[in-house]
Amino acid sequence: MSEVKRFKLTCIVCPLGCEIEVEMEGDRITSVRGYTCPRGKGYAVQEVTEPKRTVMSVVPVKGGKFPTVAVKSDKPVPKELVPRIMRLLADVEVEAPVHVGQVIVENVLGTGANIVATREA
Amino acid sequence: MRSEYDVVVIGGGPAGLAAAIKAKELGMDVLLLERREYLGGIPVQCVHPGFGLHYFGEDLTGTEFIHRFIEKFRGMGIEHYTNAHVLNVVSRSYWHKVLTVVTEEGLFEVRAKTVIYAAGARERHAFEIGITGHRVAGIYTAGEAQTMMDVYGVMPGKEIVIVGSGDVGLIMARRFTLEGAHVKAVVELMPYPGGLTRNVVQCLEDFGIPLYLSHAVTRVEGNKRVERVIVTRVDENLKPVPGTEEVIECDTVILAAGLVPYLKVIEKAGVEIDPATGGPVVNSYLETSVPGIFVAGNALVINDLVDYVVEQGEEAARGAYEFVKNGGLPSLRWRKLVKGRNVRLAVPHYLSDTRDTIVYARVKKPEENVVLRFPEIGKEVRLPFVKPSEMVRVKLRKEEIARAGGRITMEVVGDE
Repeated sequence: MSEVKRFKLTCIVCPLGCEIEVEMEGDRITSVRGYTCPRGKGYAVQEVTEPKRTVMSVVPVKGGKFPTVAVKSDKPVPKELVPRIMRLLADVEVEAPVHVGQVIVENVLGTGANIVATREA
Repeated sequence: MRSEYDVVVIGGGPAGLAAAIKAKELGMDVLLLERREYLGGIPVQCVHPGFGLHYFGEDLTGTEFIHRFIEKFRGMGIEHYTNAHVLNVVSRSYWHKVLTVVTEEGLFEVRAKTVIYAAGARERHAFEIGITGHRVAGIYTAGEAQTMMDVYGVMPGKEIVIVGSGDVGLIMARRFTLEGAHVKAVVELMPYPGGLTRNVVQCLEDFGIPLYLSHAVTRVEGNKRVERVIVTRVDENLKPVPGTEEVIECDTVILAAGLVPYLKVIEKAGVEIDPATGGPVVNSYLETSVPGIFVAGNALVINDLVDYVVEQGEEAARGAYEFVKNGGLPSLRWRKLVKGRNVRLAVPHYLSDTRDTIVYARVKKPEENVVLRFPEIGKEVRLPFVKPSEMVRVKLRKEEIARAGGRITMEVVGDE
């Protein structure tokens, strides 16, 4: 019999902020309580197994209207990789013109997520 | 710039762009004026997601959200100027407003049948929130810091204290941390956080940033640059408690202490102001007390969601269209919206049965399982909870408004 772990989370999917409780025995999730929608349940399971976040930042642009262009990951990436991705982005520079949705870094750190532009430059 | 238009829109943020697009779609002759050097307003500097869930049904960053409006606006060929400052709006007659505008090309006088004022809000500054001490370098509003960091690529500081735990303060705490600065504290006057719980979780708890509730930054100290702040506990009347002072060393103070509708230009035109919203008194068409001057977005009321700002912009455009088409608004009778139990503010202030009207309101205190009630028209809406930080939005149909006499009360009561 493996150890029972209990997690108390506040859901970040929508503004409701439901309090969700997850119970795990070893690697197995035995109970999820307190969610009010399927997205909340999905978030809670993801959060205790492999927490993910969307990364956003700005990178320098040469020859653009502004010195920077805003970027984000086109899907959530593992939370523990966020600081490494931010350091990686600090060394990226792009050239204007840049369009919204343009890929700035492909498959960042092998996560399967692309870093894409969210502003024109 | 020509000398006469059906409508001049002041402000090129989400409310102004939405208003100009809608007005053009309705066939009006439109001019838009933006004070900054670029269109888009505040969302241009918002690199974080959470925009457009209602309007587009997608979770976009502020930059992506506003890009869609800017593209559409440009595609419609609407006449506009950036770096354009409106000095003055004068109502010469019912039909005839005169704007004084400064652009790079010179000084212009523009006549308009209607004006849509969408100049947004300003940020509350140190003197408004009781911070004493030195006026040294390193004190910024959240918006200033955001523009520096996320538009111009300059970090405002390294060791940061944020004043205010609304969503703006929380989101800035995360941005600073991700960009390598050390956020030493977020200081909140109230005993509870001002922003959404999910933002407390993903912006502070994710990074271990301390949140000081029931505390105020009472003093900023430094020589040339901020060196430290004094943080003091406050009692239940929000008064600092002597002897509870604590020193936090830092080089930067960020003020995220709330917004105030920015009305300087139309105040002079004589619009009536509601002390509860800080914005103008308006009717169902979002027309102010000066006929033909409409207002939308954060200049009307401080919104939490850009989706509502856009909705108000479009509504103001429909109002301006009706005004131009009919030589005034079609309403014969206005019902006063009266604030009842646990309603702190509500717009519009006067309702007409000539159109369906969306009412935006804020409560005074948080409550659970409540009913939003309009007793004179027999309308009830059940809500799982209300809180001061989240705007209540409810649509009243014109048939419902028609049922009322001179007034319509809006109140929040328990669910029996």
